[in-house]
Amino acid sequence: MADVALSSPPRAAHSRGAMAWAYVRGHVWFVIAAVVVGAYVFAAAFAPFVAPFAPTEQDMMSFMAPPAWGAHLLGTDSFGQDLLSRTIYGARYALLIGLGAVAIGAGGGLVIGLAAGLIGGRVEWALMRLVDSLLALPSLIMAIAFISILGQGVDKVVLAVGVALIGPFSRTVRGDVLQVKAQPFVEAARLMGVGTLAIVWRHIIPNVIFPLAVQATIRVSYAILVSSGLSFIGIGVTPPTPDWGLMIAEGRSFVSFAPWIAGVPGAALAVLLIALSVVGDGVREQFDPKLRKEG
Amino acid sequence: MSTPPELFRLLDVEKAYDVGRKGGLFASGPRRRLAALDGVRLSLKAGESVAIVGESGSGKTTLLRVLLGLTSPTDGRALYREKDITLLQGDDRDRFCREVAMIYQDARGSLNPRMSILDLVAEPLDHHGLCKPSERRDRVAALLSRVGLPPEMMERYTSALSGGQVRRVAIARALASAPAVLVADEAVSGLDVSTQAQLLKLLRDLQREMGVSMLFITHDLGVAAYLCERIAVMYLGRIVETGLTKDVLSAPAHPYTRALLNAAPKFFEPIAEPLGGEIPSPIDLPPGCRFAGRCPEARDDCRARDPELVAGAPNRAFACLHPLIGEPAFA
Repeated sequence: MADVALSSPPRAAHSRGAMAWAYVRGHVWFVIAAVVVGAYVFAAAFAPFVAPFAPTEQDMMSFMAPPAWGAHLLGTDSFGQDLLSRTIYGARYALLIGLGAVAIGAGGGLVIGLAAGLIGGRVEWALMRLVDSLLALPSLIMAIAFISILGQGVDKVVLAVGVALIGPFSRTVRGDVLQVKAQPFVEAARLMGVGTLAIVWRHIIPNVIFPLAVQATIRVSYAILVSSGLSFIGIGVTPPTPDWGLMIAEGRSFVSFAPWIAGVPGAALAVLLIALSVVGDGVREQFDPKLRKEG
Repeated sequence: MSTPPELFRLLDVEKAYDVGRKGGLFASGPRRRLAALDGVRLSLKAGESVAIVGESGSGKTTLLRVLLGLTSPTDGRALYREKDITLLQGDDRDRFCREVAMIYQDARGSLNPRMSILDLVAEPLDHHGLCKPSERRDRVAALLSRVGLPPEMMERYTSALSGGQVRRVAIARALASAPAVLVADEAVSGLDVSTQAQLLKLLRDLQREMGVSMLFITHDLGVAAYLCERIAVMYLGRIVETGLTKDVLSAPAHPYTRALLNAAPKFFEPIAEPLGGEIPSPIDLPPGCRFAGRCPEARDDCRARDPELVAGAPNRAFACLHPLIGEPAFA
């Protein structure tokens, strides 16, 4: 019967390679951005093998050398440290802080959002007022406040930025829980006699975890930006750690005659943030059936 | 085990909501009540199918929620196999959950979009422990083929299916626990006429082959006539006429039933005397018959006396002081 015909459009290409190529052509920017992010992850993971020098190794023969073909492709800073190597090692810190902070923010947001949305009443009121107070301050200010309590260091930065992210994550999770809770399929499960815990586990969590994952990919770039901001104003990661924010801050005084010192880590940061945003949008498009393009 | 012939019995069920005082926040008047259901008496025997028809706002949905135990009546009793639905516990509750299956109007919304068709149709089987894990796929394939869907569909998600296919999945899922009663809320509305016809035929075949009872909520008298031997016409929270579908629709006793029949468009005929206005608010109803304000047959006593639902003919009851057939119930 006509009703049974499958809805997928006929495919022009059948081989796996042709299908992959068709996908790439349909999502050029997403693929480019994914490759860029992949390159950063690779560089960060294999930094000792990719970087020509150790990040803190000083070349006494060249201070503030401009980018040139030779030993220091992207030049050196005021301490004679190789900028390419420092930038590659810096990707480690950027990604580590970004992913760690988002993991803390998304995890905390999931717990608070689920509790508020499912329990309701006074619990919800109290939790959401807590979240409001977290949201009242910009994340950077909040992270500064936490750093001043916790002290400096990579782990402290991860914790501070992560806690600052719990607010927005809680909000979206609670909103999604309320929306999913009202769906007929939840009532249908209840009619079937499914218990509350099973309904939460099987029907509610899977429907809030996907939008959460999408939001998380988008927030990674924000977390990196905030952590770089902390380092830039000198309260995040401590020198001589090759952190981009720190490197930009160091290069700031020489920006009129040695712009590469701040420019190289700055460009590395900007490219990563843009690539992460594009990947985040692409992931959202994939996971949200309403946004998915045909073909 | 002797089972009573009636699956569902509603005994003068009333469901009233408190809607606050007249005039809003600072009002001092008496609290007002909205009676969504006002003294509904209804029974559903095993193997029987009943259509509940009426305009939007007549209380069909509230009736459904009471039947499913989603809300408890404020007065009267709602019974399933002679036990109060909202008080069911233990084995009785499990039995109710297994034997009463619901087909939603919003079929797509009633199916979790993150679950595959296999898991959706198998959920009742898993939950009630009705089959071994090794038989799961075969059982689902059999259920899908019963509703006219190919087994390859198991791996798909509802977002990839058409409206008609989604309704079939919902029906397959409802059938999974081998229910005694299918409760359907507008299960075929909003579809292509061809798809609607296929689904109606499927539901009638299921009725005949599986002997499943059906409680079909609809505003389409044609659907009611096709699927259900009995019909109950609702107006403002009351059943105003009930009886065998063919009797009621061929010779309506209540002016409201006649108005519903006349409102349905027929080929090449003008719509005769459409019912004026809309269903009034069920808050602060005037005394007398609640249909009097819109009734073309209303007389003076209709505005003074509220008619009860009484038997007016064999297998037939209506709530009207001046019915359109036979002798008036009250002289």
